[in-house]
Formats: sequence, structure tokens, C-alpha cells
Amino acid sequence: MLNQHLPILLVVVPLLAAPVIVLLRHSLPSWLMATVASIATLAIALQLHQQVVSEGVISYAIGNWPPPLGIEYRVDAANAFVAVIVALIGVFVMPYCRRGVAPEVRAEEHYLFYAMLMLCLSGLLGILLTGDAFNLFVFLEISSLATYVLIAMGRDRRALVASYQYLLMGTVGATLYVIGIGLLYLQTGTLNLADMALRLPTMGDPRATLAALAFITVGISLKIALFPLHLWLPNAYAYSPSAVSAFLAATATKVSIYVLMRYFFTIFGETVVFDARHTGVILLALSLAAMFIPAVVAIFQTDVKRLLAYSSVSQIGYITLGISLHSVGGLTAALAHLFNHALTKGGMFLVLGGVVLRLGGSALDRMAGLGRTMPIAAFAFVIGGLSLIGIPGTAGFVSKWYLVTAAMEEGQWWLAGAVMLSSMLAVIYVWRFVEMAYFRDPPEGHPPPGEAPLSLLLPALLMIAACVWFGLDASWSGGMARLAAEALAGGWK
Amino acid sequence: MSFAGHYSYFVTILLLMVGLFIVIARSSLIKKLVGLGLFQTAVYLLYIAPGKLIGGVAPIIGDAFEVYSNPLPHVLILTAIVVGVATLALGLALVVRIKEAYGSIEEEEILALDADDELRTRNRS
Repeated sequence: MLNQHLPILLVVVPLLAAPVIVLLRHSLPSWLMATVASIATLAIALQLHQQVVSEGVISYAIGNWPPPLGIEYRVDAANAFVAVIVALIGVFVMPYCRRGVAPEVRAEEHYLFYAMLMLCLSGLLGILLTGDAFNLFVFLEISSLATYVLIAMGRDRRALVASYQYLLMGTVGATLYVIGIGLLYLQTGTLNLADMALRLPTMGDPRATLAALAFITVGISLKIALFPLHLWLPNAYAYSPSAVSAFLAATATKVSIYVLMRYFFTIFGETVVFDARHTGVILLALSLAAMFIPAVVAIFQTDVKRLLAYSSVSQIGYITLGISLHSVGGLTAALAHLFNHALTKGGMFLVLGGVVLRLGGSALDRMAGLGRTMPIAAFAFVIGGLSLIGIPGTAGFVSKWYLVTAAMEEGQWWLAGAVMLSSMLAVIYVWRFVEMAYFRDPPEGHPPPGEAPLSLLLPALLMIAACVWFGLDASWSGGMARLAAEALAGGWK
Repeated sequence: MSFAGHYSYFVTILLLMVGLFIVIARSSLIKKLVGLGLFQTAVYLLYIAPGKLIGGVAPIIGDAFEVYSNPLPHVLILTAIVVGVATLALGLALVVRIKEAYGSIEEEEILALDADDELRTRNRS
């Protein structure tokens, strides 16, 4: 009986956890509540994914109002896969928060921190599951508003400015998205995404559809931080608390990428988006720019958190490159990289959080001699770095392999070279850390900081280990990414 | 394509552009939020205006009426207004915190203070 309500439970469990946490008020019970809720969320997401894979698309009518009049939650292999990623990252980040948040957020604000994290999780999962265009906007704003608060909780005062800048850009992006769905609603008279996908092809290809496509693409790209709309991202990741950086880097932009894929392939359809106009070429050019320019900027960063943030912008370029190929192979590569990069970057931010806790800052020159003073953390960080580069045996290699294969299937051989070249840039920025950690002496006169506490180190190491695991055995992640890509390209039938 | 027939669209686009211009061009953080509010409000108009049909009545089925106005855009915009208010409230709260931390709400002064900080930390190390 409960099984049929899984789609709504996935969103409601964290949504209800948030007010309960606000009532609990004390740090420890709120953390326990948040942890339990996130574990429940992961269990539901896995169960839902299982159901979708074995039984096909699930349609859930909220309040028993049949779609398209009522709001529908529609789960297929694509959004269930991304929901598993988001819930999984939530479970990794939660145990970390207990010790990780203490030095960064004031003690009396801890319960608010957990409440916001739950709201953010709920919003992200809502975006994934909903089959209603306007509902999606509301969840987008729920997750965004929670994100702005989480970023502003960083202890550096620059966190406030970063949060404010993100608020401006995020709101402009969300409003552009609303304009886009407004135009679609005016044409089709429906907000149900599946219904819209059926009605749009009968409309011909009027200019209003084109305008809607443009508004939605630019609005969502702002949330994705697609180059050159990424300006909010580096500061937001650099100054927010470490746990928040890890959570956001692994989930927020990924969910927006899913939304873009959904609109491109399921709602508008490939013929409108890619065949009738040059969206693919524009996206390809922007992806290439994203792969190179932010990677070069990352090389010159003096702060490791900012370095990772710029590297994120660059890695998003690989994902959108997969989309721009508009083939099942390209989408598989994009979705696989979405999963692998979430693990890699989330793990690296978590490792870095432990290092920052011991060293008191994330400036690169503080990391001198880290290979000797904190050998485990430094080694884990380097493994993560290898995955960013795409060395065989790590998750990053698998998705880059898919990407290169997909590009070759399309006859775009030169893209393989571009991916290689861009990986070389990743080698340089990862090397800057390696040189500092292993080839410099630790600063004298300070007692060696010692490893981060186990509660911080363990989730981080698990994520990095998962990154190696899925690098050696990609049958699960690759298979699921392929199923998701086929679901996206096949549309909602 | 008459101007009068598309009057509401022209107003919408004008307001959108004015709002966006304020967000970009003004240095005061408060004024930026005012511009953002204007930008969001303009979209409400985009939804509300097509919901009205000339001669249309409230959607209550009766023998005397044939043309009904669509109530759904109003409901949607009610939600969007709530979202807009929440965003504005959070934005203003952030500005208060920024004022406390920096002693200014002018973007240029804040960025200059940040640049000073960065220079100082770099010289120290």
C-alpha cells in the first residue's frame, strides 16, 4: 500500500523533517532527525528506481486528481537515477555534518542549518519527480532559497556577498524559466509536461515556441552554471560551509542539468531543438569554452576551494558536451559523468573540509607538506584529482571514455582531442596541489595538525572509494545511465 | 498585429527590461532588489493578462453564460507572488547582514573591501 505512494514520500519525508527539526531546536536531535530522514530518502529513491526499472514509468496523481488537470509526479529511469544520486550524496554528507558544521556555523543556528539542508534536499527531489512545469518552478525556488541561506552561513563575510549575488542571478534565472513556461502554457493550455510534449508537435513550430525554448534554456543554464553564466558559482562554493560546498557541488547543478535534458529531449523534442536550428552547435561551443577557460582560471587560483569550484564549471562542460551530441550515446555519457562527477567532487570537497578544519583555511600555500602531516587526506584528495583528470581506474575515466566514444560515433573525431587537451589542464591544476602537498616541507614552528577526526574522514573516504569502485566496475552506473538516456530520448509514451 | 491588442505585452517587456537594467546598473544592494522585484512582477502581468477574456465571466457553469475567463493563471501567480515575497525578504535579510559585516551597502565599496582583504592575506603569506 505504501509502495504506491513512494513518489510523493520521497519529497514529503525531507519536507516534513524540516519543520520537525525547527521544533527540536537542539543540535544533536536535529542532526539525528536529518540523518534518519536522509537515509529514509535514499531507501525510497532506491526502491523507486528498482520499481521503475522493472515495471516502467510510474505516474502518481497528487490528491488523486487525475492528470493532466491535477498535478502529476512522473517517475522514469532518468529522474529516478538522478534522484538516487541526490539522495546518496545526502546520506554521505549527513554524518559529516555533525563534526564538520560545528566550527563553521554558530551553535545556536545548527538546527536551522539542518532544516535548510532538508528543505534543499526536498526541493531538489521535487524538481526531479514532478511532471508539472509550474510545480517544477516552485520546487526550484524552494531548493534555491534554502541554498542561499546555507551559503550565507559560511563564517567568512564574503559568504554573504556570494549568497546575495547567487540570489540575484538565481532569481533572474528562475524568472526567465517562468516566462518560458508562461509562453508554453499560452500556446498549449496545459502545464502537465507529458501533455505538453504531446500537444507541442501539433502546434507546428511557431515563434512563441522558439521564444519559450530560449527563455527556458537560458534560465536553466543560469542554474546549471553553464559557461558564461557561471559567475555566481566560484564564490558560492568557496565561502559556504564545507558540507554545503560538497552537497551543492554534487547535486544542485546536476538537477538543473536533468531539467534541461528533460525539456530538450522529452518536451520540445529533438527535431525542434536540434534539427530545426543550431542549438547543438551553440551548446557545443559553450561546452568547449567551459572545458577550457574555467580550467585555465582554476590553474591560477590560490585557494583550493575556489580551484575546485572552477574545476566544477569546467566539468559541467563535459556534461553539456554530451547533451550537445544529441544521441543516446552522448546522453549516456552526460548522465554517467553526472553521477561520477557528483561522487568525485562531493568526495573532494568533503576531504578538503577535514583539511580546512585542521589547518584553519583553504589557501593553497597552507597545504605545504600535507602529504606528511595529513597523509590519508592528501592521498584521498589526489585520488579524487585523478578522477577529475580521468585516469583509468577512476570514475572520471569511465565517463570520459563514454564521451569520447559517443563523439566518435557521431564522426566528431576532433572532439576526442579536445577532451584530451582539456584533461591536460586538469592535470596542471591537480598537480599544483600535489606539488604543494608532497614536494614542500611542512611549515616549521607549528605542531603538525594530524588527521581530521574520523567522523569527517570516513564519509569522505567512502565517497572517494566509491569513485574508484565505479571506475573499476562501471556496469551498474553505466547501465543505469544508459537506461536513463534511453528513457529521456524515447520520451514519455 | 495591432499595438492596442498587444498593449499588455509591450508593458510587460518594458517593465522586464527596466527591472533587469536596475539590477545590472545600480550599485546599491537595496536598489538591485527593487529592480529584481520589478522584473518578477512584470512576469505576473504576462500570465494574468491572457487569463482575461473580454466578456468572460467567472468559471461557474450556468445557462446564461458562454464565455469563461481562465482562473488558473491567477492561482499560479498567487504562488509566484509568495515565492517573490520570500525571495525579497531573504534578499533584504542578506543586505542587513552585509551592512553589519561591511558597513556599506554599495557594491563597489564592498568589492573594494574584499580586494583589500585579499591583498593583505597575500602579503602576509
